[in-house]
Amino acid sequence: MIGQAIADGVLTGAIIALGALGVSLCLQILRFANFAQAELLTFGAYAALTFTGFATAGVSIGPLSFGWQLLVAVALAGIATGAVAVAVDRLVFAHLRRRQAHDLTMVFASFGLALILRNLVLLLWGPDAHYYSQELQIAIEVLPGVRLMPDQVFVLGLALVLVLTLHVFLRFSRLGRAMRAMAESPALARICGIGTEAMVRWAWVASGALAAAAGVFAGLTVQIRPEMGANLLLPILTAAILGGTGSLFGAVVGGLVVGLAENLSALVIPTSYISTVPFILLLLVLWVRPQGLFAPAGGR
Amino acid sequence: MTLGIVSYLTFFAVVVTILGIATLGLNLQWGSTGLFNAGIVGFYGIGAYAQAILTAAPRPELLGNFGLPWIVGIVGAMVCSALMAALVGLVTLRLRGDYLAIATFGIATVLQVIALNWDGLTGGSLGMTSIPRPLASLFSDPFAYNVFYLGLTLAAAAIVYVGLERIIRSPWGRVLKAIREDETAAIALGKNAARFRFEAFVLGCTVTGLAGALYVSFIGFVGPFDFLPIITFQIWTMLIVGGSGNNRGALLCSLIVWALWTGSGTLISRIVPAAYQTQGGAIQSILIGLVLVLTLMFKPRGLIGEEPVVSRHAR
Repeated sequence: MIGQAIADGVLTGAIIALGALGVSLCLQILRFANFAQAELLTFGAYAALTFTGFATAGVSIGPLSFGWQLLVAVALAGIATGAVAVAVDRLVFAHLRRRQAHDLTMVFASFGLALILRNLVLLLWGPDAHYYSQELQIAIEVLPGVRLMPDQVFVLGLALVLVLTLHVFLRFSRLGRAMRAMAESPALARICGIGTEAMVRWAWVASGALAAAAGVFAGLTVQIRPEMGANLLLPILTAAILGGTGSLFGAVVGGLVVGLAENLSALVIPTSYISTVPFILLLLVLWVRPQGLFAPAGGR
Repeated sequence: MTLGIVSYLTFFAVVVTILGIATLGLNLQWGSTGLFNAGIVGFYGIGAYAQAILTAAPRPELLGNFGLPWIVGIVGAMVCSALMAALVGLVTLRLRGDYLAIATFGIATVLQVIALNWDGLTGGSLGMTSIPRPLASLFSDPFAYNVFYLGLTLAAAAIVYVGLERIIRSPWGRVLKAIREDETAAIALGKNAARFRFEAFVLGCTVTGLAGALYVSFIGFVGPFDFLPIITFQIWTMLIVGGSGNNRGALLCSLIVWALWTGSGTLISRIVPAAYQTQGGAIQSILIGLVLVLTLMFKPRGLIGEEPVVSRHAR
């Protein structure tokens, strides 16, 4: 029982972590909590659905329920969602930045944008649940007493690859280092010749792409619904705060903690109350350690 | 026919007044103090449920339903809302502003879950019916009763309006504005910013709770699907379009925004075929979102805007 809950928790946690990474990037580079992040996730899931609609989910690879077409769809959805995030920034946030609006005005705008995005998805794709593939899967026993679908194993693997790629990109690439400099101090970064608007754009591309991946993974392991992102918003924000605002490593750990907490508490409390678990965690973190578990040294 | 329209307008005016009261509560938080409350519907819902649980006639399957007098329900609703606000405020108000936004969003989510699942207290997804309406036995005609209730809500709104106007013009209210504009300067002058923010937040939520209680004792029914997140967005729009910081703007735009909302709803339900009503609702929500975002971008001070000077000594 516990083993299975841990496995499910890690899986949910991986999806939450990808969303939380986007929120964390936004907190570092743009310095506000983006309430619309979860809607990017929904958009990504539906964008991938549309792409697989052109080519179907393809002939299954091995035990997976989908073929290479879905992998291509994930990549395309990542690009599309990144583009949407950049477009939204151009249209709304850039305007507010030029006016030097208060940080909370940005939070506020993201809150309104979340409503617009969620309902646009509803308008474009309708209220019904969708699936990438109709194929039935048989769970395999990966460890004694722990069963996972092949798709779930795939999701875990790809999530790990994405997190490592992001880490390598931020750590070693020129662009990644510039982004980290901007996160440390926008003024100093600008003096060093870093174009801050370009960094902002790349932050949106990255968080959009991560959101799309999280959306497809959530759609693959559960189902695709217009409110799927909205239901993940609280876990995602909690994970980002739990990890320490501005720590990407923390966002991943935060996601795993939230995912595990949800699934482990399902063993003791009725499942209909599971969605209150992130909130209780959030209050605990804000009360005990508001800077989060892995706040950078000399944090704000 | 005309009576039908007048009767509808009375009903409409009651709802507008109640939402106006909630908007006044938010104005104290965002307009005066700069606090982002992303869970207004939660505090509105607490007020509504507290009123129902305290005043409804006892039923064996429900824990609450104490059958207490109406006014006890109203006071109880405000107290419950204030207590919940105090819990959230204690944890978040010493931290940066985004955290209050996230925590209030969280409390609204949690309360929705509780309203939906704690059948013994809230009636679960069916909600609770026959919640007593104040002095209902004195009126035989439903229209006359609605006119009476309109008078009651208008009186409540007037009290809240006058009270809040006095408060924001008082020294206490001026400190709120000082904190919003420059927290460091306010602290340097010896003001305990966290405490002032806490007080403003709790007071604002108390007013929101009152609005919820008034709504339920008018409709006579409470259910989880009456308290959806869209209410938060509607009340925000009423405040922002009117001009945050201005109580008259808040009241005026409660009327305008609610008229636009119900008007667009009627229009869409006429045009859009029955099979696509969900999408019609989506268009309505997109409109609210657009009004909100566009106002923030192009008319951040709203239609009326805040009075630059509120102290009578500085005129």
